Amino acid sequence: MINKKLIFFKPDNQNQKYFPLANEGVSAGFPSPAEDFKELKISIDREVVKNESATFFARVDGQSMQGAGLDDGDLLVIDRSQEPENGKIAVCFIDGEFTVKRLKVEDDCIYLMPENSRYKALKVTSENQLIVWGIVTYVVKKV
Amino acid sequence: MFALIDCNNFYVSCERVFQPQFDRKPVVVLSNNDGCVISRSNEAKALEIPMGAPAFKYKRLFEKHDVKVFSSNYTLYGDMSRRVMSVLESYSPNIEIYSIDEAFLKLTGFDYLDIIEESYKMKKQISQWTGIPVSIGLAPSKSLAKIANKIAKKFNHKTLGVYSLDSQEKIIKALKWTSIEDVWGIGRRYTKLLKSIGVENALDFINIPDQWVKINMNILGLRLKKDLSGSSFIKLEEIKSRKKSIATTRSFETVLSNLSDIEERISTFATSCAEKLRMQNSCCTSLLIFLRSDPFKKEEQYNNSCVMQLSYASDSSLTLSKQAICGLQKIFKPGITYKKAGVLALGLISKENRQLNLFEPNIIRHDSLMKAIDTINYKYGSHRIKLANQDLNRIWKMKQENLSPKFTTVLQEIIKVK
Repeated sequence: MINKKLIFFKPDNQNQKYFPLANEGVSAGFPSPAEDFKELKISIDREVVKNESATFFARVDGQSMQGAGLDDGDLLVIDRSQEPENGKIAVCFIDGEFTVKRLKVEDDCIYLMPENSRYKALKVTSENQLIVWGIVTYVVKKV
Repeated sequence: MFALIDCNNFYVSCERVFQPQFDRKPVVVLSNNDGCVISRSNEAKALEIPMGAPAFKYKRLFEKHDVKVFSSNYTLYGDMSRRVMSVLESYSPNIEIYSIDEAFLKLTGFDYLDIIEESYKMKKQISQWTGIPVSIGLAPSKSLAKIANKIAKKFNHKTLGVYSLDSQEKIIKALKWTSIEDVWGIGRRYTKLLKSIGVENALDFINIPDQWVKINMNILGLRLKKDLSGSSFIKLEEIKSRKKSIATTRSFETVLSNLSDIEERISTFATSCAEKLRMQNSCCTSLLIFLRSDPFKKEEQYNNSCVMQLSYASDSSLTLSKQAICGLQKIFKPGITYKKAGVLALGLISKENRQLNLFEPNIIRHDSLMKAIDTINYKYGSHRIKLANQDLNRIWKMKQENLSPKFTTVLQEIIKVK
């Protein structure tokens, strides 16, 4: 019974490939001059995540924000530490679901504005339960 | 000044961050295997669902009142906890992370700021950044901060989640309000003892003579008494000390009487101990293996243990599993129905200080192998790689019928927005 899912891994002796030896254990000789620059590497993560403990990710589902460059399936970077303001794109929770829209703040009410002519703006009244969940800071998309 | 920051109904709150439709609804989170209730929303508390309530007994009540039930999602809770703690670290370098949802901060040198104001700011920031609501208790000592926190939470409508025991008057009133069994660090045994001499609340406790406390409750009891009196005697433990012993013991799901079946369990327990050792960078020098029959069966009872001395300190799953099985074979007696077994790793030393063995060239090789196994198991879900003497089908057995997605740690499981 137990053996059913056993997979044995064997070393592959046919195709010999040579890998460079990790040289962390070597203490003699000159260290590589590149060693000092090890940290200098491009990191997308570092670029888009400005505030790690307040950053969350979400996936776009639908076309309502196409005009702002948010297409179906895109990855959103959300920074909850940013204050919601007029004109910012926010992930909101309203009437039982998450939605991403541009905030339009008027004196007496808030509108959630889509950027696609096929969708209508949503006026938030006191009857709606609105949570501005976080501000979208970056969009990661596949081209 | 000390602050105790405690997340409100932490596991429930974590679930609600990503599923806000359950705000203001009764919600409970169940323990591993969906056994019993370990976290309740205020609405669930109002339905008088007790902490530790067995899920199967309350199933009807859950259905009747539309209580949302979650299996525990420790990946999510761990990540949310880390976020909360890192916000707290920005307020004071002196922090003691007391548990997954609680931390003490020492706020010395902050007197020029309005500490209460600052605490409201902290609370607001944690709520905005992470979505987790917290309560904050402020007091001149740690045990009093615990009490202040309880008051902040209990009278939330008045305190708005922050309460400070900043005068002698308030301290006396709070001590009187705290019954003795609720005092931090007073166990059931001392509660009984103290009640027998007429101590009902924390104020009674600090009024009994030092000498009596020292004789009957040792030095820790005396320290607690002084701490409760308002001068800080319990220090902040900033560095989590490494555990002195590590154990994995478990009752079997069914009784087992076959040696090979029990060998599988013992190997799994030893592997789990080895993982825990590696996580805190320790090695063990000996193992204790025990085995027990089912005490509820009217059959021959048997109960035995043995200690296996390792020839060198190790944290390798291979070594520990092998030694534990040797130990099991010594104590196993055929013809018994066994119910429980366990492996304890003893004599822990830090890995940096261990002695290598001249005649054991495998030690170093195991290190890289274990590192590789841990990395793979971390990346692809625990127990993807197992020893061949472990049951490979077993991972599916944990009951998690209402598990929420890993919203913050797995890209495929993040929230969707329309």
